Amino acid sequence: MIWPLVPQQIVTGLLNGGVIALIALGVVLIYKSSEVFNFAQGHTLMIGAFLTWWFAGGDETGAEFFNLPLWAAVIMAMVVAVLIGLLIERLTLRPMTGQPLISIILMTLGLSQLLQGLAIMVFGVVAKGNFPALYSPSEVFKIPFPGVFMDQIIIKKALLAAFVVAIAAAVILMLYFQLTKSGLAMRATSENHDVARSVGIKVSTIFGTSWAIAGIVATLGGVLLATISGASLNLTTVVLVAFPAVLLGGLESLPGAIVGGLCIGLAQAIVQASTLIEVRSASEIAPYILLLIVLVIRPEGLFGLKRIERV
Amino acid sequence: MSVSRPSGDFDRSYARDIALIRQPWQWGLLALALAAAFTIPRWGNAYVIATANRIAYTLVALQGLSLLTGYTGQISLGQAAFMMVGGYISALMRIHLGVPFLLSLPIAILGTGFAGLIFGLPSLRVKGFYLAMATLAAQFIIPWLARNTYKDYLGGGYGRIEVPIATIAGLEFGELSDYLYISLSVLVIATVLTLNITRSRLGRAFIAIRDNDLAAELLGVNLFGYKLRAFALAAMYAGAAGVLRATSQRSIGPELGYHLSESIMFLGMLVIGGLGNNLGPFFGVITVVLLSDLALRAGSMASEFVPEAFGPNMLSSFRPILFGLVLMLFLIFEPRGLAHRWTLMKAAWRLRPFAH
Repeated sequence: MIWPLVPQQIVTGLLNGGVIALIALGVVLIYKSSEVFNFAQGHTLMIGAFLTWWFAGGDETGAEFFNLPLWAAVIMAMVVAVLIGLLIERLTLRPMTGQPLISIILMTLGLSQLLQGLAIMVFGVVAKGNFPALYSPSEVFKIPFPGVFMDQIIIKKALLAAFVVAIAAAVILMLYFQLTKSGLAMRATSENHDVARSVGIKVSTIFGTSWAIAGIVATLGGVLLATISGASLNLTTVVLVAFPAVLLGGLESLPGAIVGGLCIGLAQAIVQASTLIEVRSASEIAPYILLLIVLVIRPEGLFGLKRIERV
Repeated sequence: MSVSRPSGDFDRSYARDIALIRQPWQWGLLALALAAAFTIPRWGNAYVIATANRIAYTLVALQGLSLLTGYTGQISLGQAAFMMVGGYISALMRIHLGVPFLLSLPIAILGTGFAGLIFGLPSLRVKGFYLAMATLAAQFIIPWLARNTYKDYLGGGYGRIEVPIATIAGLEFGELSDYLYISLSVLVIATVLTLNITRSRLGRAFIAIRDNDLAAELLGVNLFGYKLRAFALAAMYAGAAGVLRATSQRSIGPELGYHLSESIMFLGMLVIGGLGNNLGPFFGVITVVLLSDLALRAGSMASEFVPEAFGPNMLSSFRPILFGLVLMLFLIFEPRGLAHRWTLMKAAWRLRPFAH
């Protein structure tokens, strides 16, 4: 280990973890309400990022329909993502209610392939480098630490902004669940569908709502990731590390998703402080090794309910 | 709905009751099908031979997955990665130790089975969706190992290593048209093995675990032991398929596929063909392989009708769109797959002209 590098990596890891946490929140949201683990969340996110890029006039062919400022583009993309989410819920997952687990998992996997293909067809395989980001990757804060920690800790402005937005979104989401009436209805639905129905909650509406919110969250996550690395098909692979975060935090727990996301970000960053190149390159599989450990030691995750059936 | 048998068709001995092939005409049909398959190198053109080879090794891998997912009910998202393990073991054995091809095949199968055991270990504690995540971890960790460790042996930097030509008893199987004989032979052996596994004690234990694991345990099925066996078996089939694929492509490595999307495609093939049915893999693989070739053709045709800039998009987007769409439609409208349709069709034909 290169110890002076560790504090720098912890900071970077936590900031990255914020975005992972936001993505994990979207997955947990859908799982909580409808017990569907959405493998296609990454693809919704990618499409959200592409849509934002498109609405912001990134397609410089001279024939762009829109040339909106970033905030308006994000809102437009969110509207489309909500529509996509509602469509997915109505057309693909509602017919699957009551089907065995494998069918539902395969449904979201098939959905991910379909969305991948559609994204390639509409937006192409070339990464969009000209994503309208607030900060360019080279803009950084430098916190000086004379003598220790390689003399300074560097914080990328784009990463910090992403972290702040992600955590703010997570807090808003949690307040929504705690304070509003529809949030209460969603919590009731996640507890028990039949009981929720018996007190007059329309469960199918709740499913739709959760997919719509997940679409918004995914778009936000996509925009944040795209400000760091540009909008491309690779965003889906970035999202794959959010699944270990979900399991680490516990499938049903929103705070768990945030803690899980931060842990995964931290784990990915800390291995990069190693002196060995093999260990440094393990950054991409560190989440999965963590996942295997969690599955063997504490399968319900840090904050999950102990409801999972043991073998 | 079970297939009703014609009147007068009774089993008069136990041997007849458990026989896979009951009628003389079925033997004839089998011989005809085998003859047709094994003469492909003589009458097929390059496309037919390459596709037949692809179908053969995919079928071997899928039969393993069918045992694990279709019969035991454990979802695996790592079958493609296990194929890579098998391919690597055989290739390394032959390059560095000079092991002959025929010997490297069983070694690779055993080695991959061992790898499958390791990643099946979490099934000690978790099941269902959680287990799917554990196999997802395998799908990421194995290609990473190939890319980043022992770079001299695994070809990390280049992403692939060359695989020598298969040689059996002095005969070289370098041309794909010759190599197809090996693929088909392995496929036949794998098929017979699968048929026998699924109707023996092992297969019945698998089915019991799939249908209700608690009840299975009460009946004396050692859950953990049988689940591990299913994982090892699935990985062994994948290993054999990997050897076949690596040797026919003459190279193996993480840059040649074996990605998550391929594992997803395997699961999709299984659903499209029919879960828990020995005909399922055959229907699934043939349908999906032919469909994806069709999608490629359609994509290249479509790319000529759209503006220049969109051409490449059409080419690479048709395949995932078509596959995703077909998989989703099957899940909604025919979750039991083509094999079930086939059974229904056979039954309807047998009862003609009566409805019931």
